[in-house]
Amino acid sequence: MTDAATHVGTAAVPVRRDIGIKRRKAAEKRFRAYGIAAIATGIFFLIALLWTVFSNGYTAFWQTSIELPINFEESVIDPGDKRATDVNVLLKANYPRLAQDALVAKLGVDPEDRSKTRDVGRMISNGVRTQLRDMVLSDPSIIGTTQTVWVLATADVDSAAKGQVDLAVAEARRKVSDEQVEWMRTLQKDGVMKERFNTGLFTFGASSRPETAGVGVAMIGSIYMMLIVLVLALPIGVAASIYLEEFAPKNRLTDLIEVNINNLAAVPSIVFGLLGLAIFINFMQLPRSASIVGGLVLTLMTLPTIIIATRAALRAVPPSIRSAALGLGASKMQMVFHHVLPLASPGILTGTILGLAQALGETAPLILIGMVAFVADYPTTPFDPATALPVQIYMWANEAERAFVERTSGAIIILLIFLAVMNVGAIFLRRRFERRW
Amino acid sequence: MSFSIVLLIVVAIGAVAFFLGRQRAAGQQRSSSEKPHSRVHYHGWWAFLLTVLPALAFLVVWSIGSNAWIESSTVANLPPQTDESAVASRGLALGMVKGLADGIRKLEAAGPTEIPMTFEALRPLLAERGVALASDTQDYMIPMAIELNAAMATAAWIGGLAALVLALTGAYFAIAGVKVRARARNNVERIVLGMLMAASTIAILTTVGIVFSMLFETLQFFHSVSLSNFFFGTVWDPRFAAADSSGAEGQFGLIPLLAGTLYIAFVAMLFAVPIGLMAAIYMAEYATPRVRSIVKPMLEVLAGIPTIVYGFFALVTVGPFLRDISTAIAGFTFIQAQSVLTAGLVMGIMLIPFVSSLSDDIITAVPRAMRDGSLGLGATKSETVRRVILPAALPGIVGALLLTASRAIGETMIVVLAAGVAANLTINPFEAMTTITVKIVNQLTGDLEFTSPQTLVAFALGMTLFVLTLGMNVFALYIVRKYREQYE
Repeated sequence: MTDAATHVGTAAVPVRRDIGIKRRKAAEKRFRAYGIAAIATGIFFLIALLWTVFSNGYTAFWQTSIELPINFEESVIDPGDKRATDVNVLLKANYPRLAQDALVAKLGVDPEDRSKTRDVGRMISNGVRTQLRDMVLSDPSIIGTTQTVWVLATADVDSAAKGQVDLAVAEARRKVSDEQVEWMRTLQKDGVMKERFNTGLFTFGASSRPETAGVGVAMIGSIYMMLIVLVLALPIGVAASIYLEEFAPKNRLTDLIEVNINNLAAVPSIVFGLLGLAIFINFMQLPRSASIVGGLVLTLMTLPTIIIATRAALRAVPPSIRSAALGLGASKMQMVFHHVLPLASPGILTGTILGLAQALGETAPLILIGMVAFVADYPTTPFDPATALPVQIYMWANEAERAFVERTSGAIIILLIFLAVMNVGAIFLRRRFERRW
Repeated sequence: MSFSIVLLIVVAIGAVAFFLGRQRAAGQQRSSSEKPHSRVHYHGWWAFLLTVLPALAFLVVWSIGSNAWIESSTVANLPPQTDESAVASRGLALGMVKGLADGIRKLEAAGPTEIPMTFEALRPLLAERGVALASDTQDYMIPMAIELNAAMATAAWIGGLAALVLALTGAYFAIAGVKVRARARNNVERIVLGMLMAASTIAILTTVGIVFSMLFETLQFFHSVSLSNFFFGTVWDPRFAAADSSGAEGQFGLIPLLAGTLYIAFVAMLFAVPIGLMAAIYMAEYATPRVRSIVKPMLEVLAGIPTIVYGFFALVTVGPFLRDISTAIAGFTFIQAQSVLTAGLVMGIMLIPFVSSLSDDIITAVPRAMRDGSLGLGATKSETVRRVILPAALPGIVGALLLTASRAIGETMIVVLAAGVAANLTINPFEAMTTITVKIVNQLTGDLEFTSPQTLVAFALGMTLFVLTLGMNVFALYIVRKYREQYE
């Protein structure tokens, strides 16, 4: 009993059973830290990704150009003086020669030194051929005159001017020679060579030369496809949702449709590409690489997204609205189209924009239906061959040249800006029109 | 008469019928003492629908039917020398005739010209109009093409006229049928309901289309390649060049591709699941509303970035970074720039927001009472999460993880750019492996021939992928749905 006595004696000091508070508190702290670390990792990668794209890509919006007083010499363009009778003369004339001569004169290089003049000529993009040809064709009277023209420098010179070429590397192992760098410096000092805003990035089509490659054709293709998706997926999606949400009886068939829609939303996008290839191209004989096929495939892909969003929006309209309409004698159809649908439209619109954004960034199915094509001309109808923005990015990402990495990043920036605008628009719509009942 | 012109005229007649029907209904309702059944515009719409729908349906059926009929009669007229060769070459001959017909139509559209009856003379003429002909087009096909054109034109005329007659009849009956007590609204609503129903079946049609298109090509593939070669083969070597030579049949082993697919998906999940889950737990249980409102959208941005951008990120930044790090550590490059690790890592980044937003939903769906009970008994927050919330949410989380895994398996652009194209069978994550999706893309870029196994194998691969992901999705959706019901 002595034990008991001592217990009673010490009762004033409470016994602290060791329940591991310290350990548990530490575990709690650790757990919290894991959570913070996880979020930090996610955000770190987001920043790393955006940093990669923007640091590589912002320079793509400027392109090195040279201002040259080009003498449209008749002896070079039309040595035989046959242009009145033969159209091919003006089409096939040696236009790069004109630009080369102008630059040679500007740099004070001896025109007789063949290898040097060739090196000078190599600083000017071959795109000068079409540029000068178009000038002459639109106005043949400039032959024989001297015009001041901004011509593009080659991608190598452009990279060097942007400081992306390591000049410490031995001359033989880089694409710009020391002499060319010297000329470049001279031109820059005279203010003749400048970095100008790169409108070509937005207007040019596919090209094997980085400086004349742009996303013009890809943007047109993407716009066509977005229009097709909008015109087809929105009405069909809304109609399907209205039926499923407001009219469909609860039976096997509607259950099947519902399971189906949920599944379609999770089917890998590349499978839709196979569907497009087998049905639209092989069976229905629609043209390959055309935006119409891309639009149809993306429509099928976007439908589940739009249906799911629309159904949520319809469900959010309170039943009292429906009861009120029916009570005043509206038919069910009138109730839906006059009251429920207008109230649900902000939600539907938001869902549609998000679906479109998803479709805009989709690449894999478009590759399968042949949109990985070298398309240099603008498509005039949705039946013409075209590419899409993400596919253009894919094609450029496969090119080895440094200048194409810059272009790729630039194209990604354009794509991300489009997506950001669409998403911000969706958020704005939601904030502006969302109603809490 | 072309299809679109007829369509335009039919719709125009429909518009006129709309106004006439409405006007007539308005007149009757004004002069009658009876209570009208439908408002006037419903009469107008009924007239429009009755005008346009039958004509439209007829046009579609007619153009498909007449095309098929003309084609079959053209094929029947092909001279017997092509009879002996296989069906494919008859199809080819039909294609040539159609190409010719197309070119001749363009030629005639430009102005009345004499059509030369030999291929040599015709070819440059057509080339001028931008029509390229198959080089082995035969002379006897030219009159056939002209005949084809004539038949097509006749069919289009007959069909167009019949459609117009149908439209006018429909309009007449609709307008004549306008009565004060006529149930125009019910009629219109019934048709609208039919349209809504048709729209909702498109989802089913898509699935059916996916299954059938792939099934058909897959069966064709297994005609020339045995099942065991595909499913149990360990070598992937489709041999594009030797498509016709019988001795060198390509090898279409699925195993290395499947292994690569699952391996990369596994690495991605290994990376994404802990991060995504912890992020979700932190945001659901610890974060203040302010932090949540900033962090959640940022992670969602990650989900909105197209996968091609992730692929580029892997190609330009992550791959070279891992390669350089391995060189710096070991002195030699033991991590390839294109490797399982690169692809898995970048795919993991892509999956973080999926895991976190799906698990976030599930964790917040666990009832408040369970949380309060645990905290009231003296458990810390982390103990509550680990011992109460996670076990309660487990089925839902498993479903979410399955959905994520199916996404990882079907992902294409990241692996195309980051995983490499070599079909290795290895367990070293630092080497390149390839996936099903990469090979689908590889087999279908470039020239396609829908008869060669090299092309058709892509559909067999796609079918495998579809079945794999479908199974996972159905199972996952089942679990998620069941779990949701548990707490509702």
